Amino acid sequence: MILLRLFFEFFKAGLFAVGGGMATLPFMYDISTRTGWFTHEMLADMIAVSESTPGPIGVNMATYVGFETAGIPGAVTATIGLVTPSVIVILLIARALKAFRENKTVEAGFYGLRPCSVGLIAAAGFLVVKLALFNTDLYGQSGQLDDLFNVKALALAAVLLVCTRYVKKLKGLHPIFFILASAVIGIVFSF
Amino acid sequence: MKLYWELFLAFARVGVMTFGGGYAMIPILEREIVDKHGWATEEELMDYYAVGQCTPGVIAVNTATFIGYKLLGAPGGIVATLGVIFPSVVIITIIAGVLKTFAEVPAVKSAFAGIRVCVCVLIFNAVLKLWKKAVVDKPTLVMFLAVFLLSVFFKISPVWFVVLCAAAGIVLTRTGVRGK
Repeated sequence: MILLRLFFEFFKAGLFAVGGGMATLPFMYDISTRTGWFTHEMLADMIAVSESTPGPIGVNMATYVGFETAGIPGAVTATIGLVTPSVIVILLIARALKAFRENKTVEAGFYGLRPCSVGLIAAAGFLVVKLALFNTDLYGQSGQLDDLFNVKALALAAVLLVCTRYVKKLKGLHPIFFILASAVIGIVFSF
Repeated sequence: MKLYWELFLAFARVGVMTFGGGYAMIPILEREIVDKHGWATEEELMDYYAVGQCTPGVIAVNTATFIGYKLLGAPGGIVATLGVIFPSVVIITIIAGVLKTFAEVPAVKSAFAGIRVCVCVLIFNAVLKLWKKAVVDKPTLVMFLAVFLLSVFFKISPVWFVVLCAAAGIVLTRTGVRGK
């Protein structure tokens, strides 16, 4: 029963993804690799859609993946699965909010969880980089080193990196602006 | 009953108006919850948000559950959560349906190839921002590198890393290795 499995997979993501938004991403890649319900390409597109539409990113990603896997019932099931552990955990600690915040063991656990979360997100980012900036398939076939680099994509990445980090007038802009600009550039230069 | 409905609508509005999640949500939450309805004080909201960040799951959902629970107990927590996810489910389902229809159009393919490049940069920026708070000494640097390299080269479920790193955090703090 695919809906039951969807619920379970997203329940797991909701329970173990700590730090919000992007922290859900490594779990999506894990689900994709194990189940084949959706491809890595679809995940990368989904990040863009989640960033440029209203709503929390984690919820958007769950809805999108659920829809691709099993239509509207899938979208609802995956989203409910993702938020169920949150609701349970928060209801449990809401009574003892102060004790939880000041608990030394909880704080020590988070000292370890934070670098873990960043490491997992970086690894998921690496998969997107491999997909978007390099032609690993083409290189595998031809063995020619210049086939490995997707020159147009690398050039765009360099420009975007400079714009989002160093250009004062641009770096405060919402990601949706850069996503739209990249879409236009992709069409104009036929990526 | 009326309060449940108000709670649902207030959080549905937060869901619609939050673009990209995370910190973007704070001013909207303040307006809806503190200014308009007086359901929580600004300090309470900040507490909820801080705990929401360091408990599992989506921060917006965690914050919604807190406020709903405070007002109407467990059913309130559930109603507020349903409110915050409702707009996403509707909007994303429509977009996913449309995208599926146009996915094979060459211009759409090119557009998404460009967008993927942008996603790389967005993730890179997110990692740098989180890094500053997370990698604070040598032990955390080692944990970051171990998690990154192991998950790039091996197919290991992220669950294992989360469980092991939380345990490592506790052990490293208790044994005094932390901070070195």
